[in-house]
Amino acid sequence: MSGQTPKTLFDKIWDAHVVETLPDGTALLYIDLHLTHEVTTPQAFEGLRQAGRRVRRPDLTLAVVDHNIATDESRRTGIEDPESRLQVETLERNVREFGVPYIPLLDARQGIVHVIGPELGRSLPGMTIVCGDSHTSTHGALGALAFGIGTSEVEHVLATQTLLQKPARNMRVLVEGNLAFGCSAKDIVLAIIGRIGTAGGTGHVIEYAGDAIRALDMAGRMTVCNMSIEAGARAGMVAPDETTYDYIRRTPYGPKGEAFEQALRWWRTLPSDPGARFDTEVRLAAHEIAPQVTWGTSPETVLPITGAVPDPEAEPNEARRAQMRRMIEYMGLTPGQRLQDLKVDVVFIGSCTNSRIEDIRAAAAIARGRRVAEGVRAMVVPGSGLVKKQAEEEGLDRILKEAGFEWREPGCSMCLGMNPDKLTPGQRCASTSNRNFEGRQGPGGRTHLLSPAMAAAAAIAGRLADVRDFQPKEAA
Amino acid sequence: MQPFTTLTGIAAPLPRANVDTDQIIPARFLKSISRSGFGKNLFANFRYREDGSENPDFVLNQEPYRRAEILIAFENFGCGSSREHAPWALLDFGIRCVIAPDFADIFHNNCFKNGILPVRLPREVCERLMEDARLGGNARITVDLERQVVVRPNGEEIPFQVDPLRRHLLLNGLDDIGQTLQHAAAIDAYEARQRATQPWLAAR
Repeated sequence: MSGQTPKTLFDKIWDAHVVETLPDGTALLYIDLHLTHEVTTPQAFEGLRQAGRRVRRPDLTLAVVDHNIATDESRRTGIEDPESRLQVETLERNVREFGVPYIPLLDARQGIVHVIGPELGRSLPGMTIVCGDSHTSTHGALGALAFGIGTSEVEHVLATQTLLQKPARNMRVLVEGNLAFGCSAKDIVLAIIGRIGTAGGTGHVIEYAGDAIRALDMAGRMTVCNMSIEAGARAGMVAPDETTYDYIRRTPYGPKGEAFEQALRWWRTLPSDPGARFDTEVRLAAHEIAPQVTWGTSPETVLPITGAVPDPEAEPNEARRAQMRRMIEYMGLTPGQRLQDLKVDVVFIGSCTNSRIEDIRAAAAIARGRRVAEGVRAMVVPGSGLVKKQAEEEGLDRILKEAGFEWREPGCSMCLGMNPDKLTPGQRCASTSNRNFEGRQGPGGRTHLLSPAMAAAAAIAGRLADVRDFQPKEAA
Repeated sequence: MQPFTTLTGIAAPLPRANVDTDQIIPARFLKSISRSGFGKNLFANFRYREDGSENPDFVLNQEPYRRAEILIAFENFGCGSSREHAPWALLDFGIRCVIAPDFADIFHNNCFKNGILPVRLPREVCERLMEDARLGGNARITVDLERQVVVRPNGEEIPFQVDPLRRHLLLNGLDDIGQTLQHAAAIDAYEARQRATQPWLAAR
């Protein structure tokens, strides 16, 4: 339509969800899907109860347990830790009382909230999606506006199906060209965070674009959008395209038949208009990205695997120099040390960043016909029951177990150190998760973030390794 | 929610950037189903040693900062996880105001929902306030939300900006769910419109 200002993907979804604009410009924004889990909801349901309020749209709400639970067989006999048990039981009581649909621990579809939303077909393009969890940005991979909220806002959405929000600024990150051999979506997003920094996206919603993003499958797009929060952004998104629509067609609860065709007509109008204005634009050349690994305790402290621990004394800025010294001490490193010389104790393949079937295939391709190094504990934790089932149908579990990996039950596991899967002080871990903060995987634990293939290579080598040195072996 | 009008108190200096919510309260302490009781585990990995004893080097274990009501830090405070347990832990410890050059979005939002005022001031101002804070118990800092100023111990007033709607809610201790429910008719109308135009969004 001529005369209209070109809009971004974010602008279009935002405009379609404004219920009302308050005099100061704050919007009352309608929420299409509210995902909930056991950790950030008990106080919200309690607030509803105290105020005598109900859940406005239980049908647009979905609850699952993921953070607190064990990822071994012990989950079948009940939760050992009394506090974790109480939190899960509280969720179960709340979903019954308020009529919220719930996927219990032993359900075949149970899994990490950000894995199951897309795979079940509940997360769709053009939607507003929230969850009391910062990695809600994952769902932006479908072309949705998806962001994390605090517990007070969880209560607000439960009661009103809306949120009070100020519009965000638009940022576009263009990744152009072809990814080099051995590189994946994880390397793209780590490289982006390395470029713009952990506060680079503050106040923005990032749209990832360019042919390297278009070439990613949905799992890869989810990996990229997932870590938007690690760049400080409110949300990350990728415009929907044929890859997206094919993915949705295969989901169990996505729209079917005429409903799908009707939805598709709207989804096709969502991509940013030519000439749409972005407040900030960043460009990366895909072929320049090498396999990435973090060395410090912030996701922005990332280097190509061929790099070495930097020397703080070479850093001119005093505050940054002090921070680097602190990180190097915490991580037990020496300036100048080659990253590939760092021995690992634990390898964790999982989390809402990298636990989908494509991630497990990538790890298995490296593990096939090889052995986990002596003394290394390597675990693979599928993101959901459905991922686990598919991996087993493909025989990936067998490949991984034969190589010496643990094959576990779905959950958040060792990403965040709140369930039995934790590092002990001083342990060094190659992890496909999203945060390398001090103590994130357990007090004193040392985390290096990398891709699933790089993690598998580290497990085999017993140290951080360059996956490009590991040609996949054919099946025996 | 307790209203926030004016606060005069001891400020604790925390000269670090990128203080993430895993530092403010590690995930293993998020298992409570209540909003209170998180204060004892505020900054647990810094405050306590491996054997559980207090680390005397950490600022909040030192007098007079055990009684701090204001925290001063550097860039990107509150980054990482969306956990509202972070502001709950600060509040439970007694901190009602954090001053920093900038804040991560979700944490910033969560503070206002809990009667905590996050104040954005330039790095060099934060550095000066940190020097004030290092003077200890006799150096009280005042944060006046009504007048939107921070008052240094020497009487110098530093103005700050805050979103007008959030200021209003904080000054009056208002629950914004109650406010939103006044728009129930508009929400009903939106839902009716959506049912007609986007029927695929209904539960499947």
